[in-house]
Amino acid sequence: MLSIRLYFLQRLSALIMAPLVILHLGVMIYAIQGGLSSEEILGRTQGSLFWAVVYGLFVASVSVHGAIGLRSIAYEWGRIRGFSLSLLSWGFCLLTFFLGGRAVYAVVFA
Amino acid sequence: MGDRSNSIRVKVSRGDDRGRHFDEFDVPALESQTVLDVVTWIQRNADPSLSYRFACRVGMCGSCAMTVNGKPRWTCRTHVSKVLQGDTLTIEPLRNLPVVKDLATDMSEFFDKWTSAESRFVPTKTREDAIEIVQPATKERIEADAAIECINCGVCYASCDAVELNPDYLGPAALNRAWTLQNDVRDGGKNSRLRAVTGEGGCQNCHSQQGCVQHCPNTLNPTRSIAGLKRLATRAVFKREL
Ligand code: SF4
Ligand code: SF4
Ligand code: FES
Repeated sequence: MLSIRLYFLQRLSALIMAPLVILHLGVMIYAIQGGLSSEEILGRTQGSLFWAVVYGLFVASVSVHGAIGLRSIAYEWGRIRGFSLSLLSWGFCLLTFFLGGRAVYAVVFA
Repeated sequence: MGDRSNSIRVKVSRGDDRGRHFDEFDVPALESQTVLDVVTWIQRNADPSLSYRFACRVGMCGSCAMTVNGKPRWTCRTHVSKVLQGDTLTIEPLRNLPVVKDLATDMSEFFDKWTSAESRFVPTKTREDAIEIVQPATKERIEADAAIECINCGVCYASCDAVELNPDYLGPAALNRAWTLQNDVRDGGKNSRLRAVTGEGGCQNCHSQQGCVQHCPNTLNPTRSIAGLKRLATRAVFKREL
């Protein structure tokens, strides 16, 4: 169910997410001092390649990581097998990637 | 024993997977009595049709494991006084294995998984070669020695939630043995074994919650061994060997 490659991918995506989460929280705590408006946030993110890469990478890792975790839970607790299991994992992966990607697009390019 | 009343109320699981129920017995309490003594007393004095399994009675053979008051244990090394709840003892077969009858489980799948994990020594020398000296202080040997004293009792297997939820999972005992062999300098089966323990049902399915560590009567740490296998596997995937 959880192949060794999926296991590897899940560890790898966790490895990528960990520093990005710390960066995200750190910047938030720093930036929020003295109040923060959405204009100020967008002022920093819009057109910034750096933030596009940070959040783009984060969204990609989350979709992989979350989908693999959900796959294990669905297999073990939901007794879901075979094609339905792959459909569920891929569906969740693509949905998270789409929703996250949309958010990144909105704060960086729109 | 001290102030214990002089009889124990024992609930024993009877039947097999087609239907199970509890029978109750009153068993005389004795000094230094083990759970296996209680089961034996019932079979000899109350109900000769009770089925159970044991051999050595001293914690060597691994055949007497049962669920005692909800926890998997070697019955021959479990003193009644340690596990009694009030004056009641509930004895059931091991979890996660088919029940043959009463307290005896069918351990075939447990041993079949040892075979699928290739948890057997693959010799690299012939009788013509000199005996290989294994240095006890090397890192590999220390790892292997820490995990080697397993007697195949199935207690860890019965306590493992990953086995319960995922019938393909090889389980703590087979993987623990595989880890000792991956650390055996004389063994020649490492590559093939690493593939065997990372296939469907392989080490990556372990949740690392350490139910096995909690219950292993030999105080082994299969979770640690499995973590070692996961490390070997991760390295192999990195190098594109898996
Ligand atoms: S740590 Fe792994 S092998 Fe041990 S009981 Fe938990 S899932 Fe099973
Ligand atoms: S690891 Fe411990 S509990 Fe598991 S089979 Fe071996 S001796 Fe029994
Ligand atoms: S009878 Fe041999 S270990 Fe208990």
